[in-house]
Amino acid sequence: MKALVVERSLPRFAAARLVSSLGGSGSGTALGPLRLTDLGAPALPGPGWQRVQPLLAGICGSDLATVDGRSSRYFEDIVSFPFVPGHEVVGVVDGDGGDPETAAGDALAPGTRVVVEPVLGCVPRGIDPPCAACAERRVGGCERVAFGHIAPGLQIGFCADTGGGWSQAGLVAHRSQLHVVPDALSDEDAVMVEPAACATHAALAAGVEPGDTVAVLGGGTVGLTTTAALRQLVSPGALLVGAKYSHQRDLAGELGADLAVTPAQLARAVRRRSRSLTTSGHLTGGADIVVDCVGSAESLTEALAMVRPRGRVVLVGMPGRVQIDLASLWHREVSVTGAYAYGSERTGGWVRPTFEIAMEVVAAAHLGRLVSARYPLERFEEAVAHAGAAGRRGAVKVVFELESRRRKGLTA
Amino acid sequence: MSPRPGFVLEVERSTPPTLFWHGEGFRLERLPSGSRVLYPPEPVDPLDDPVGAIRHALLHPFGDAEPLPALLRPGMRLTIAFDDVSLPLPPMRRPDARQLVIEEVLDFAAEAGVDDVVLVCALALHRRLTEAELRHAVGDRVYDAFAPHGLLQQHDAEDPDNLIHLGLTDHGEDVEINKRAATSDLLVYVNINLVAMDGGHKSVATGLASYRSLRHHHNARTMQHSRSFMDQHRSELHTSNWRMGRLIADAGVKVFQIETNLNTDTFPPQMRFLERREWEWSGRDRAAFLATSAALARTPDKLARQILHSVRSPYRLTSVQAGEVEAVHARTTENVYAQQLVAVEGQTDILTLGLPYICPYNVNSIMNPILVACLGLGYFFNMYRGRPLVREGGVVIMSHPTPWAFHPGHHPSYIDFFEQVLSETTDPADVGKYEEAYATDPWYVHLYRTGNAYHGVHPFYMWYWCAHALEHLGGVIIVGGDRAAVRRLGFTPASTMADALELAADVVGNDPSLTHLHSPPLLMADVS
Repeated sequence: MKALVVERSLPRFAAARLVSSLGGSGSGTALGPLRLTDLGAPALPGPGWQRVQPLLAGICGSDLATVDGRSSRYFEDIVSFPFVPGHEVVGVVDGDGGDPETAAGDALAPGTRVVVEPVLGCVPRGIDPPCAACAERRVGGCERVAFGHIAPGLQIGFCADTGGGWSQAGLVAHRSQLHVVPDALSDEDAVMVEPAACATHAALAAGVEPGDTVAVLGGGTVGLTTTAALRQLVSPGALLVGAKYSHQRDLAGELGADLAVTPAQLARAVRRRSRSLTTSGHLTGGADIVVDCVGSAESLTEALAMVRPRGRVVLVGMPGRVQIDLASLWHREVSVTGAYAYGSERTGGWVRPTFEIAMEVVAAAHLGRLVSARYPLERFEEAVAHAGAAGRRGAVKVVFELESRRRKGLTA
Repeated sequence: MSPRPGFVLEVERSTPPTLFWHGEGFRLERLPSGSRVLYPPEPVDPLDDPVGAIRHALLHPFGDAEPLPALLRPGMRLTIAFDDVSLPLPPMRRPDARQLVIEEVLDFAAEAGVDDVVLVCALALHRRLTEAELRHAVGDRVYDAFAPHGLLQQHDAEDPDNLIHLGLTDHGEDVEINKRAATSDLLVYVNINLVAMDGGHKSVATGLASYRSLRHHHNARTMQHSRSFMDQHRSELHTSNWRMGRLIADAGVKVFQIETNLNTDTFPPQMRFLERREWEWSGRDRAAFLATSAALARTPDKLARQILHSVRSPYRLTSVQAGEVEAVHARTTENVYAQQLVAVEGQTDILTLGLPYICPYNVNSIMNPILVACLGLGYFFNMYRGRPLVREGGVVIMSHPTPWAFHPGHHPSYIDFFEQVLSETTDPADVGKYEEAYATDPWYVHLYRTGNAYHGVHPFYMWYWCAHALEHLGGVIIVGGDRAAVRRLGFTPASTMADALELAADVVGNDPSLTHLHSPPLLMADVS
């Protein structure tokens, strides 16, 4: 069975980094650590695990960072090689060798369409008692992602033992990681649930008070899903989005932005809204909350320049090593916080799984519309190049369409 | 030999191509046979002795006014206000008309023993002038005598300590003007009348006013009822200013108005081809045109802009009149008309305009898209008396590169207006809902008061200036402009004049009549 695998090869990582730095993200795939190979299905790690046959698997910014050889070294000890990438997955439960407790009539019976919540927390790892975060069902904050009875890996798609979505051989996931997809959601909607869950967590963790001015930097998948989540889950007084490309701005408007402008115009829009003055390139007032969905030194600098004193910058886009001037952060007592993954959210007095809320966001916003292109695994170089240049090429989300979906004609 | 009057040419097959201004360059366009081209009158002969004429005007005032020396006495407070950098265009060679007049006024004041004298640049909501611009306007001698002592001021429409509310007109209009000027024993206003809109009560009531006062006549409704604002008697803009001016007089402010007329000798000798009719171009004119256009075409935009903004016009004074505001202005307007009016029979389906690199609001700056619209639809469209040159439902075709570019120091609120307001609406009446937010934005106020920025509300005024044209026209096309910028303005972009004419045919039908306004030098159409 064909699968894409990332191997630990320093020369290949270096080559990919060099080429992608010159030719743009996704341009160095041929020389990089990703290769197409024949692979068998991963072994089931233990009780409660299930095989999943992917239908669609997205290409995420963190995947591109890996393929481009520019991931932060921070992740070195919490991934294990070789691994099959792909953590944005909609698939079907495969009956072959799965959990014997799963039977016809069970919610996870073979053939059931599911999305994968890929974080490998304490429960899938068989760690009992779980860490404090997992005990509170905040699996994104799991303290044991490098431990337990499976290889290190913060998520499926970065772990040598579980496989990932970019594989015809399928992946294995713990029952606790599978969420049944309602019939009302298409495969395209469903493959957006994982990124929408990240966005949902970010929107709810940002601490938006009713009437706040919220600025979102970035119009890619993260920026657009976050825009949708902010509009649906909290009550900003103004939701302003800076997106580089016109199709991104159009989508941001459709998803709930009050104003979608180019990144260069965003600070001016925030200034108008907050009626701030400007000193040394910084607004004297600014947005209550800036959500950085890019994660670059430039975007973080812009975020600090447009957030108000004592405001909050939320990093949703995955940053790496950056060099920025933090004087304004210190002087203006700005908080910078990360928003990673998902787990459960306290909302409306209830604690609910993030994925459950994300499915509602996806359904309400029709986020399947963000899927712009589908590729078979065999054309992975084109797919990665397309994803790396998604904005420039008028796309948002590029996905792999797996053989299982094409063969079965599943287009729900 | 007396200067030739304006001329209306009917284009024939043998007519040479017509010169169009195109920003910092030119285009030669072959207009369809039967098209009309309006050429301005030749420059009126200048005064032989401008200083003598100024002294004569000050000593022989118009209307119910005493000669200037009779108004001056020791111990009095004298304020001399003068027009800002928006006049004339291009800036005139030294000595500027303002300098000549101010020096004579100061001589009389000195002779009378007046020592409390303040000069105020009447810039309303325009940007503050730089030192170089002030020196150019008033001359080095005056600048050095007054500026170091804080006696050469620039009107600050946002300074609550130096504004005074004189009352409401019978139409409920606030009249709030510069306090120093209003509380002086005599306010002398030194004006340059380049077009018929300038001068009269508008000098003080607008030039020295606050936003609170200006908003009563600088709005879409007033501009839609000013047909045109170059024709005072059919201009709601002027009617409002006249009401305010009379209230200012009734409030006891004594104004001694000095208005100057310039001829239309607009360009220096090396650019004289711009003032000549194409079929009369000499070999030297053709060579100058070819060399100038080729050089500008090969010059980076920024440098080309710098070169053109360094042009100093050889304008010459043709008349000076002083005294009571309305009597003075009546004569001044006659003089403007005598210099600029061209009789034109009937309207046209299509009006074509070649827009130059400069308008009143981008001296030493960038002609941003809003100013392009204002120059074409605000100023040139309104250069008529009687009826608009173009018929109702007709099309204006303007030639200008219309770059999506702004001077951040001069036009900060224009950037926001372009990005925010025009992306939502281009209806002059509708944009008004944003006006107050821009007018009171503390950042714009700060930049206006301390930098060289136009007031936050100013782009709204530019758009209101277009209101009459936008209501009247069936379409606006810009040839050779940045397509995205042109669309943001709500206009139609065209690559060539031929494309523009095809697009215009969709609005005005096939075989339309076409008239080209061959300007600058300035002309005003007297349309029967």
